[in-house]
Amino acid sequence: MYAIEVKDLVKSYGGITAVKGISFTVNEGEVFGLIGPNGAGKTTTLRILATLLQITSGSIKVFGHDLTTEADQVRKIISYLPEDAGAYKNLTGRDYLEFIAAFFGESAEQKHMVERGLSIARLDDRIDDKVETYSKGMARRLLVARALMIGPKVAILDELTSGLDVLNAQEVRRTVKATVKEGTTVLLSSHNMLEVELMCDRIALINDGRIIEMGSPTELKKKYDVPNVEEVFVRAVQ
Amino acid sequence: MSSLSNMIKKEVKELLTPATLVPIIIMAIVFASLGGVIGGAQKSLTDKPVIGVIDQSQSDISGVAFRALNSTSKIVFSYNGTDPAMVQDGLNRIQTQGGSALLIFPSNFSQRISANQSAIIQVYWMMKGAGLLEGVQSSVVSLAISEMDYEVSSYLIDNKVPVSSAVILVPTQLSETTVFKDRVMTGISPAQISSVMSSQGIIVPLIIVMVVIMAGGMVITSMGTEKENKTLETLLTLPVSRTSIVVGKLAGAAIVGLIMAVIYMIGMGYYMNSLTASAAVDLSKYGIGLSVFDYVLVGISLFLALISALALCMLLGIFTKNYKAAQSMTMPITFLALIPMFVLIFSDFDTLPLAGQVLVFAIPFSHPMIAMRSLMFGDSGIVIAGIIYEAIFASVTMFIAVSLFKKDIVLTGLPKRPGKKSGWSSLIHYPGKK
Repeated sequence: MYAIEVKDLVKSYGGITAVKGISFTVNEGEVFGLIGPNGAGKTTTLRILATLLQITSGSIKVFGHDLTTEADQVRKIISYLPEDAGAYKNLTGRDYLEFIAAFFGESAEQKHMVERGLSIARLDDRIDDKVETYSKGMARRLLVARALMIGPKVAILDELTSGLDVLNAQEVRRTVKATVKEGTTVLLSSHNMLEVELMCDRIALINDGRIIEMGSPTELKKKYDVPNVEEVFVRAVQ
Repeated sequence: MSSLSNMIKKEVKELLTPATLVPIIIMAIVFASLGGVIGGAQKSLTDKPVIGVIDQSQSDISGVAFRALNSTSKIVFSYNGTDPAMVQDGLNRIQTQGGSALLIFPSNFSQRISANQSAIIQVYWMMKGAGLLEGVQSSVVSLAISEMDYEVSSYLIDNKVPVSSAVILVPTQLSETTVFKDRVMTGISPAQISSVMSSQGIIVPLIIVMVVIMAGGMVITSMGTEKENKTLETLLTLPVSRTSIVVGKLAGAAIVGLIMAVIYMIGMGYYMNSLTASAAVDLSKYGIGLSVFDYVLVGISLFLALISALALCMLLGIFTKNYKAAQSMTMPITFLALIPMFVLIFSDFDTLPLAGQVLVFAIPFSHPMIAMRSLMFGDSGIVIAGIIYEAIFASVTMFIAVSLFKKDIVLTGLPKRPGKKSGWSSLIHYPGKK
């Protein structure tokens, strides 16, 4: 069974078709990257997988659960981190993690999730300050912690290290990789080609709502005879 | 195009949007409606009052009084005689003719004046409503009675009737009985009833408006803030049903709204008690008041009005895109609460024209306002109908809100129409717009 199985996915908003019949599968425990230029349909695809948007046509299964008919089941096993996500500004970091954990388990389980969240966020004493006082990087670390602390079966991460400096970005990537080792499957979207190359087992390149390339970074670099994924991106899109 | 005109054109285009115009237009409509109500009352002041007169005295002085009234009023019922059954006939005639009062000159009318005492005129006031402007008709009749007193005084002076100056100055006194909603209340005038009821009936409308504005604003702002702070996307991916999200938001705002209402009621209660004490008229001895059951009905109506307001605000909140836009979205709800408040303070639901009744009934916030006054007179039918309407309105609105929460629209806003991007569109989030 695939962790994610997308078949002929189409998404239209009014008169605009953002996703034009894409298909891909993600294996359990895999880090799968969606890359492409702005407006290619990456975020729309991720939002559909996160049960936020409805499917126009096609089908998606997440660990065997149909996204359209079993959205409630899917929400129990996924975690979505939007690119520009925010947290409730009047809550403290700890309150926010506790608020999220309360949706996922009983008290002992919640406590474990929050402890895990605290270790991922690494906000030390600032965890008890209100979110509105956090820097962009601190807020992003809190949100990454929120997304990963529940131990999701599928983590959907849009621009994972957005707003983080190099050191914090490295730490977050290490955390995600550790989470993958514990069994989480990751669907990642990023404009940072280095990040994609470092993290992804396979990638799909989307342009104008269609997948134009798919494979491991090594395979794609070999195919285009280029030294890195960034060059693959440029060649494929042009 | 010069730089200045280019600048002005841009400013006007930015400022003159439906978002700024609609509240002003609604406000204009509210004032126009109020003008209609007040204009109707002013017309009542200039029109001759419709009355009936029973002259049991059949004396020269009562004849003078009758002729004086005839010149200032439209007398639709008159009877000279002492048959007591004619009083009821007179009342029936006045009621069917939409009249204001039945005046009875008792058989001892002239004798009292001759005995150096003011004559007593028995007045049956036909009260139609308890709004602030409903007492205008009785005021016009009072003016006609003053004119009548003047003519009687002139008659006494011209004919050198040997009476004291006190009687010449005050030839008649009134013994008042008010008939209102099939209740006969002796010793009280419509103005007194109207004064007491308006002061008591103003609390609920004020509470409704305050709670709707505050709690409703909270719901819309909550949605605007969720979108602005980008927390809604996360919330919608959590394992919690859309119904729980909607109900949770509404319940939270309802609790805060009710706390506000209680605080507000405590303050208003003290204020109104001081007013009631100064009015010194106890309506409960006339059977006008609220029982425990009535208070329960008012409470249910108030609660459902709050839920209706919050559900309506949630609907609007779904279409808002940020905090600033949310502030503008509260305007329509505020006006919806202000319309019945103004109308029902000045007028009575029963005396409104049919179109006005339909409009007021259709606004769910009207019903607690109507309930208070109607229940005072034991009219629970309209209150129960209102509660049923509020329950249906709240349920349907909540159902729509929950349904919309399951759609893309909660995140993407309305589908973008090419070439249409102004006014309300500035408040609404479109797909792909950041």
